[in-house]
Amino acid sequence: MGKYGKIAQLHSLMAEKKISCTELTKQYLDAIERDNASLNAYVKITPEAALETAARVDAKIAAGESIGLLEGIPMTLKDNISTKDIETTCCSKILKGYVPIYDATVWSLLKKQNAVLLGKTNMDEFAMGSSCETSCFGGAKNPHDTTRVAGGSSGGVASAVGANLAAFGLGSDTGGSIRQPASFCGIVGLKPTYGAVSRYGLIAYASSFDQIGPITLSVEDAALVYDAISAQDPMDSTSSGQKEPTVSSLGKDIRGKKIGIVKEYFEGVRPDVEKALQNAVEVFRSLGAEFVELSMPSIHYCLPVYYILACAEASSNLGRYDGIRYGYQTEHYTDRNDMVCKTRSEGFGKEVKRRILLGTYVLSAGYYDAYYKKAQNLRGAIVKAFDLTFEKCDVILAPTVPMTAFPEHYAAKDPVETYQTDICTVPANIAGLPGISVPCGFGDDGMPVGMQLLGPKFSEATLLNVAAQYEQAARETVFRPVEMGVSL
Amino acid sequence: MKNWELVCGLETHVELATKTKIFCSCTTEFGGEPNTHCCPICIGLPGTLPKLNKAVVEYAVMAGLATHCEINPDAKMDRKNYVYPDLPKAYQISEYDQPLCRNGYVELSNGRKIRLARIHIEEDAGKLVHERGNTLVDYNRGGVPLIEIVSEPDIRSIDEAVEYLEKLQTIMRYIGVSDCKMQEGSLRCDVNISVRPAGSDKFGTRTEIKNMNSFSHMIKAMEYEMERQIDLLESGEEVVQETRRYDESTGCTEEMRGKEDANDYRYFREPDLVAIRVTPEMLEEIKARMPEDLQVRYNRFVKDYGLPEADAKLILEHRRIADYFEKAAAGIKNPRTVANCITGPIFARLATEAEKADFNVPVSAENLNALVKLLDEGKIRMNLLKSTLEKMLDTGKPASEFLSEKDLAGISPDELRKICEQAAADNPNAVKDYRAGKEKALKAVLGAVMKATRGRANPQEAEKILAEIMSN
Repeated sequence: MGKYGKIAQLHSLMAEKKISCTELTKQYLDAIERDNASLNAYVKITPEAALETAARVDAKIAAGESIGLLEGIPMTLKDNISTKDIETTCCSKILKGYVPIYDATVWSLLKKQNAVLLGKTNMDEFAMGSSCETSCFGGAKNPHDTTRVAGGSSGGVASAVGANLAAFGLGSDTGGSIRQPASFCGIVGLKPTYGAVSRYGLIAYASSFDQIGPITLSVEDAALVYDAISAQDPMDSTSSGQKEPTVSSLGKDIRGKKIGIVKEYFEGVRPDVEKALQNAVEVFRSLGAEFVELSMPSIHYCLPVYYILACAEASSNLGRYDGIRYGYQTEHYTDRNDMVCKTRSEGFGKEVKRRILLGTYVLSAGYYDAYYKKAQNLRGAIVKAFDLTFEKCDVILAPTVPMTAFPEHYAAKDPVETYQTDICTVPANIAGLPGISVPCGFGDDGMPVGMQLLGPKFSEATLLNVAAQYEQAARETVFRPVEMGVSL
Repeated sequence: MKNWELVCGLETHVELATKTKIFCSCTTEFGGEPNTHCCPICIGLPGTLPKLNKAVVEYAVMAGLATHCEINPDAKMDRKNYVYPDLPKAYQISEYDQPLCRNGYVELSNGRKIRLARIHIEEDAGKLVHERGNTLVDYNRGGVPLIEIVSEPDIRSIDEAVEYLEKLQTIMRYIGVSDCKMQEGSLRCDVNISVRPAGSDKFGTRTEIKNMNSFSHMIKAMEYEMERQIDLLESGEEVVQETRRYDESTGCTEEMRGKEDANDYRYFREPDLVAIRVTPEMLEEIKARMPEDLQVRYNRFVKDYGLPEADAKLILEHRRIADYFEKAAAGIKNPRTVANCITGPIFARLATEAEKADFNVPVSAENLNALVKLLDEGKIRMNLLKSTLEKMLDTGKPASEFLSEKDLAGISPDELRKICEQAAADNPNAVKDYRAGKEKALKAVLGAVMKATRGRANPQEAEKILAEIMSN
């Protein structure tokens, strides 16, 4: 294990009995109590369940049993991952009070390993947003500057992990929702290949794009968590599991690896962000990687394709929130239609309504061919373009976001302009490719900049190793811890 | 006054007899306390995903093969979006533009083929229960697998519609994919109906009558709707394209929704499921499992076994009965006797359609075969066969338990002559009458012979001998 892995560090502290799991868990819970007020990262804290798990782990250690790497590690889940007996709301008023009767597959995998769940973290409502400000609980703040956003939609996880209020967390990435907030908060976010991690229990935004992945303090931790959650799941027929374990591939030389620079990814990137990325390129060169300049004109179609298809699926996925069976129901109504109408009008926020309407429109009989079908065809073309590109390189290096974390309320002013900030993350979701965001320095505003590495489907082992090699070489200059949370 | 012709097509929903639901492992059993046959998946809780039951695909392919359809090797499932409380996901998972089966037909007794446009699989919805002013939802039926069989508008009379539906019912039961119980909703259909001047080849404007769940309602609804449309057209008005509902209490159809507010289902590919692939191997495997084609078997029953058409139809109503018949009729000289045993004494003991379908008969096909063979060999007569069969049905024991050696020994010509002579001697008046020309008198003596032999005597032979004795 490398020296930067937070999980490995906590694991040895516990295994060597330098700290008990209960003490460790308490430290995190105390830190959450202290710092969450300024970050709003957590929307639900679960101290009792956390301490119960911790006690179980301590009993094991006391009995002289060996513990697994993720055993006893305090962590968090985005609030769209179903947790049995723990309220799960997608940070939407319409799901307030909803307590799932089953566990998401990713959570049951971690639960079995005695990972300690500290609570559920903030997110854009139903994972729709790029700033984590559409949450019905209010926005999550950036631990590097609390006047800025944590990023969306898994902003709560990124804020919690970035502020040391959890050792790691699971987010979901539909158009960049893991990578973008990881980039804004100066930490690591991995969006796995579509299908590598089961979606069972992930409350859907756009089914053919959604993917669960780890948000961590290091690449090594991302690999560890990814290995733990990527298994073929009989409950999800689109899941295939991973191809090979990634942790064991870390540490390989990347001399001779071909890294592609696709020029379209760099259009409209803020100069200071581009400069940070240039520095990263130099680091890679010093490690012996080779660079190839490439072009993918179809990148230009990615945003419209994404917003058409994702909204279409969202309009269908969100149809079930009618107030009849669970969640919020309006108080005053005249008949069934009125009840459903008012429940949805009152329960959903503005951004969610905007996307439901957009999705309903593009699927409607008269517009299907002009929008949905055309977007589907383009999706096919984008997949092909990536296939061709990966014949010429092993990984693609790109910005994660063309800028750094926005100040608060920036997103609300112009939704379409905010959609533009997803330009670099969305293509991976369209093609189902794995992507990772790794810190690569700071902008002129002192905020973290993220570098994105993309690979072909199921290339996580390569991708994580390339990222890990960079991290080892550049960590001291690109990573800045914050004065918050638990410090061990 | 013009002559009007019916143009009709049926969309038939058949609930498949799989043990578990289409997307989860809940039971498909009918009934049960409300909302007890449910899980997070079939009630569409947030985050749940469907997983397709392989048996559903196999059953649908069987239905397609039995109705001469082409099987689509690359089918997929789509979402049909609409909001209704009995549909917990707010969409139904169905197949839209790439159905599993296409271009089949069902042949009617008049030789006309009713073409099938498609057969596709989909999930059933739950049901609403209206109680004391409240509406409650029961999701037990939600997620039960269905196939929808869509016919072309080839049906030209109500009789044809009935025969078509009966035929579908028989085929689906016969291949074992559904019990097709209309009273339990496992067979139901929507009727698309229009009329046109006889001889015209143009279609009139059609209406759709939803959810017919009994043959008698379907007939009444079609009669009413035909007349309504003819009345409209004859008085110079137009038929409006709309969806109608049949009201059992009034016997009328009434408007449910017009074309203007027709649903836009916003179909699109179901992203939570992978494509359905019917490989050539899988297809071969299913074909090998299929029973003989119903029509082919029917023809064989009529031609090879010499069964009357009505009997063949009765026996082929359920596959178990047909299989039983063939086993029992193996090597029998006159298979009609076996058929009569089934449609007579055996059917008399099966009160309901369900009992017939199960065909749990205490007499095994082998035992029936052995019994009828005795008749073939001349060891017993028909009336003894019948009474023995009744005893076998009462006890489940083989014929040998009820037939003594004496019963089976047969009667030698000498013995028969002796019995006849005795009978004639016992009935002097009858002999006198016979000699006086009353031929009927012989029958009374013959009766005595049959009684004395407990039915074992061959009546024709006995009659011959008696005539000889009584004439002298």
